[in-house]
Amino acid sequence: MPNMSPVKHPMPEQDPQVRSGNFQEVALGYTAEMAVEEAQRCLQCKKPLCVSGCPVNIHIPEFIAQVARGDFKAAYEIIRQTNGLPAVSGRVCPQESQCESLCVRGKKGEPVAIGRLERFVADWYRENVTEEPPRPASNGVKVAVVGSGPAGLTCASDLAGLGYEVTIFEAFHTAGGVLVYGIPQFRLPKEIVRHEVEGILDLGAELSLNTVVGKTITVDELFEMGYRAVFIGSGAGLPMFMRIPGEALSGVYSANEYLTRVNLMKAYREDHDTPIKHSRAVAVVGGGNVAMDAARCAKRLGAEHVYIVYRRGEAEMPARAEEIHHAREEGIEFHLLNNPTRILSDGKGSVAGMECIRMELGEPDESGRRRPVEVPGSEFVLDVDTVIMALGTTPNPLIRSTTPGLETDRKGCLVVHEDTMETTREHVYAGGDAVTGAATVILAMGAGKKAAAAIHAALGGRG
Amino acid sequence: MAHILRKRRLNPTVTLMEVSAPLIAKKALPGQFIILRVDEDGERIPLTIADFDRAAGSVTIIFQKVGFTTELLDSLEEGDDILDFVGPLGRPTEVGDVRKVAVIGGGVGCAIAYPQAKYLHQQGVSVDVIAGFRSRDIVILEDEFRAACDRFYLTTDDGSYGEKGLVTQKLQALIDEGTRYDLVIAIGPIPMMKFVCKTTEPYGIKTLVSLNPIMIDGTGMCGGCRVTVGGQVKFACVDGPDFDGHQVDFDELMTRNRAYQEREAQVRRDHACRLFHQEVK
Repeated sequence: MPNMSPVKHPMPEQDPQVRSGNFQEVALGYTAEMAVEEAQRCLQCKKPLCVSGCPVNIHIPEFIAQVARGDFKAAYEIIRQTNGLPAVSGRVCPQESQCESLCVRGKKGEPVAIGRLERFVADWYRENVTEEPPRPASNGVKVAVVGSGPAGLTCASDLAGLGYEVTIFEAFHTAGGVLVYGIPQFRLPKEIVRHEVEGILDLGAELSLNTVVGKTITVDELFEMGYRAVFIGSGAGLPMFMRIPGEALSGVYSANEYLTRVNLMKAYREDHDTPIKHSRAVAVVGGGNVAMDAARCAKRLGAEHVYIVYRRGEAEMPARAEEIHHAREEGIEFHLLNNPTRILSDGKGSVAGMECIRMELGEPDESGRRRPVEVPGSEFVLDVDTVIMALGTTPNPLIRSTTPGLETDRKGCLVVHEDTMETTREHVYAGGDAVTGAATVILAMGAGKKAAAAIHAALGGRG
Repeated sequence: MAHILRKRRLNPTVTLMEVSAPLIAKKALPGQFIILRVDEDGERIPLTIADFDRAAGSVTIIFQKVGFTTELLDSLEEGDDILDFVGPLGRPTEVGDVRKVAVIGGGVGCAIAYPQAKYLHQQGVSVDVIAGFRSRDIVILEDEFRAACDRFYLTTDDGSYGEKGLVTQKLQALIDEGTRYDLVIAIGPIPMMKFVCKTTEPYGIKTLVSLNPIMIDGTGMCGGCRVTVGGQVKFACVDGPDFDGHQVDFDELMTRNRAYQEREAQVRRDHACRLFHQEVK
């Protein structure tokens, strides 16, 4: 008899007052009892719609059935068949707009907490199972994966599992891409990313850090070195700015820079050398998940006031509802329907405030969202000493500018065949933000997965 | 890991290190840079490649002890390893078709001016070098420069060596004598580059400068190294580090580079113990 509770078992969380002063994880995870109870809410549909909402096609009812029985190891093995990074996706996937949005239970009440169960299973396995999975026999075919973010890691995981000799090339000194430089510790602890990376290396993949493909080695040289296929998962690129006066002042950061200083370089810890401004009041411009992450980091670094400044309304914000909710709980103040017009200087080159203008929503624009229009004469100054621009990115130019035959679209994103993720160069595949522009972790994972299957097919399907 | 093959102190605050980095040495061209990290808790800092030896697979860096990380780097010895060493980053210098070039270095900037002079000289270009220092005790690379140019001029602010005066005065004098340069390359402190550009502008002499903004990833991700060039936002790591000096907003760059001065001073005070630990090991 299924558990007919109309609501998900709530997720235990750190108290907002406490957590806004530390970098420990916000969501604490289900206990085994909670997981079993929640798993029993699944109706085990014959034709499960949830699976069609999953970019990596996790066998959702099957793994949940194992959780309901208390066999967490079996549940993990089912997830791992199709998902190389379950502890990551269980934390950062927007399940509410994917698998869970299609769950039958969601029609009358809340859907099954698929994401929380996935996270529980991955965490349980990491904490309780120490045996290493058997290393697949090598098929002797070399494949290069460029970038160790979610797309690259997923592609590498799938190919290594099939016996390919995979080398992952990473520009930074640490593997994980956006999972380590972008997403903060309190949403995705770095120890978990490291563990997932080690799991992929245990399958036989190799990792070459501090190697910038396009600079240190070109794609053509990778083929000369014997790699038979190359997957490019180099991620998003240069941050966008507003082109308003004052953006060059000291104290104006891109979200990429701010988050990299905090997350990758551990600027929040006294024992690390990378500096960051300890701000009194911070304005974060933008309405996406990255804006929420930057705002919540600023709060944790001790800012008295942290404002989200967004030119549209809350309904139009691209951030996940959960992230907006968490940010509000932690005391982030929202200035919606406001747009910055200039950043003011203190006369010595640092930020002394940000002038904004109020907006109102007009007719829908090409994105279908109502276009924000300035309210004349409504300018006001927000008292801040730091401004973080979280406006999105433009694709990184390094690989396309050094690889002949790679076509890009008008925005500079790599052009790929949708079914195979193959670029306009034979045996060169791509996925993730390098193809789509800034998007989600799970979409990048889905692309890495699709490319791995296509590479396997193209290289003869041996292994 | 990059192995330190050779270490040489060029003056009390400036050190040369030849580092084993075969992949970087194979690709490096003048104007490009590397990013390094000394230890696990360290920050990433960019340094321009001062020289490279493709056959030996080595890259030379020259740095001045200006902050905590450069002091930590200076505490490493021959045989030690630099934890992370990545490159070659940035675009190589593009000089175009030139016959007579003035390469101007200021202080430790001479370390970066030197490979430019050497490369152009090897290409058969007529090269004048003007190297400026505060005083005699900090002069570096004099012999190397002499071997890499047609005419070598050395100036010191206090007149303790070479000619007394600034590099801009020497450049002005050479122009006044009738020397016609197709190109000036200026590398050094921001005020020096700014005033070299002011000197050449009235004559319409193309002037390249190598910028050194604050940087983290160096691969076009963080945007920390943005500079305003010709009214446009440019990123030194992927669009530079060389730019048309007549278009650069030097004052803005100077302000941005001062962003962490206070914090840097604090780190140096607080972390003196870690440095000490490095030195006695």
